[in-house]
Parts: sequence; structure tokens; C-alpha cells
Amino acid sequence: MYAALWHILPGPIWLRVVTLTVLLAGVLVVCLTLVFPWLNSFINATEVTVKK
Amino acid sequence: MSNSGLRSERNRAPRPRLSALGVLGELLVTAGLFTFAFLGWQLWLNDIILGSAQRDQALMLSEKFLNAASPEKPGSATKVSVSPSPSSFDSGALGAGSSGAGSVGDAGMTAGHPGSAMTTAVAGSDQKFANVYIPRFGDDYVRTIAEGVDTGVALRSGIGHYPGTQMPGEIGNFALAAHRTTFGAPFNRMASLQLGDRIYVQTASGWYTYVFRSMEYVQPRDVAVTAPVPQRAGLAAQDRILTMTSCNPQLSAAERIVAYSVFDSWQSLTAGAPAPVRALAEGRN
Repeated sequence: MYAALWHILPGPIWLRVVTLTVLLAGVLVVCLTLVFPWLNSFINATEVTVKK
Repeated sequence: MSNSGLRSERNRAPRPRLSALGVLGELLVTAGLFTFAFLGWQLWLNDIILGSAQRDQALMLSEKFLNAASPEKPGSATKVSVSPSPSSFDSGALGAGSSGAGSVGDAGMTAGHPGSAMTTAVAGSDQKFANVYIPRFGDDYVRTIAEGVDTGVALRSGIGHYPGTQMPGEIGNFALAAHRTTFGAPFNRMASLQLGDRIYVQTASGWYTYVFRSMEYVQPRDVAVTAPVPQRAGLAAQDRILTMTSCNPQLSAAERIVAYSVFDSWQSLTAGAPAPVRALAEGRN
């Protein structure tokens, strides 16, 4: 899968590394700003209280 | 033509075949990295980000309170103190300050201004109505208190106030809850509270100083800790208690950690913030 991605990418090795770094940074940004907060909203937020 | 032919020739040789097992393995490795990234974000990075945002929200609320209070009102620059002073606290029961706390209310009411000015109105659900400053949690520690602990809105924005419990400075129990880990973790350092630590509550009506007395660990169903007299449901209150609850142990919901503080003094917003938190409250920190 990742090997296939490496072969699909154009250009010399340094350009592929740069492209992959940019892609990875993009994935991280999407995770941090959208995916993780969305996942977090399913986690119970009220287990710090006493209740019957 | 020859160029593209060469290229496909060159690419064909080293290209590995996509096997189902290989793809599955790579997906699992990716899922593992994703999980670790999420945990790192939830347990560490997001607490820093949210903690900072919650602090900024609290400082904005403080500015709002101070701006609203800035026109000088007659008799508003008052300070009310209770005896015995917190420095004279022994390690006895919570009720030690009862006679002093009671007399403050009476003196305040008869004198007129302090008693009535000391009251904070009950807030609507999820509405932020106060800030709490706890120097033991950090020199720049301030968080909002919003009404409610059930919807999660208040607990995501800072500290929640148990509906139905008393408001700051009232005789009875001003009961709060907040996260110890995740969601900004406002009560992360709760176990570090020491006897005599000051807890400053700021509302539109003024500053309420509480003094930490004791810690308790209870079952999640032990609702009596938020009773007007903690752990003595049905008993008529004489003291002004601040109760804080959070989860225990950290990252678990098995138990609750409970911290009790007793009311020490009140002063109006125009009298200025208590010295230890003045710079922070006025945005000069």
C-alpha cells in the first residue's frame, strides 16, 4: 500500500520525501482539528460528579 | 514514446505486488499509530490547548465583571471577614468555623450593604456565572464556573456547579465538579491542595475567599457530599462550604475525590481582587 504510494509519486527521491512530509502534515492537521475532537465527543464527559 | 516505455520498464521490476495480507498489515500499523496519536492529543496536547483556552475565557469573564463593577457604588467597597481566621484552623471537623460563619451572615444582613451585595443570583443552565482562582494549581490558574454538571457543556468549558446546591457565599454547600484529566483538566492538581490553601471565587457580586480544609475519597453514588452539610443529608446548614468533586484515580471513573473548603471572607469587586490573584484577575499577569 505505502510502497504503491511511493511509486505513484512523481519526481526524484527528495521530491517524493517532501511530498510525503506535506501529505503527512496534512493528515495530522485534519486529525487534530476535526477527527480527534469528533471522536472525543463520544467520550462521556460527566464522570466527575456524584449522582444516584 | 521510448521515454515512457523505459520508465514503465524500469518501474515494473521493483514494484511489489499488492497482497491482501500486506495491505491489512499496513492498515493495522496505521490504526495503531492513529490510536497513539489520539491518546497523545487527548491526554496531553489537548489539555494544554483547552486549558489555555479555558483560562482566556475566564479572564474575559473577569474583565466583564470588573468593567460592570467599575462605577463606584456607595458602600460597595466592603470586606467581610469571619473568625476564627484560617491560620488558627486546627485539624478538627469542618464545623469548626460555624459560629463565625453564621455571625457574618447576620452582621451582613443587619448592616444592609454587605449581606445583600454578597449574594450571587442563580444562573441559567450552562451559563458562566463565576471564576475560580486557585494559586496552588498555578500562579495563572483561573477557570470559569458554569451552571450544570449533566449536559457536559459546563464541564467542557471549565468547572460545573451542581444545580440545586448553594451559590457562592451562601450558608450551605457551593458544590463544583470538573475534570481531573482530559477536557482541559481544571481539577488536575486537586490532590495537591494543602490545609489552608486559599480558593478565590469571583462573581459579578464580588470576591469570595474559601480556605481548603480536608480531602475525602468516596463512591460515585455518594451524593451526600453535595448536601448542605456534607455527608449529613437533612441537617440544617450553618456553615458556608465549598465542595469540589472530580474523578479518582486519575483516568478512571471508579471513585471520586472530594475537597472541602470553608468560607473565609467576602469583598466587593470595587474593593479590588485579593492580593495573590490581583494581577491575574486584572489581566496583568
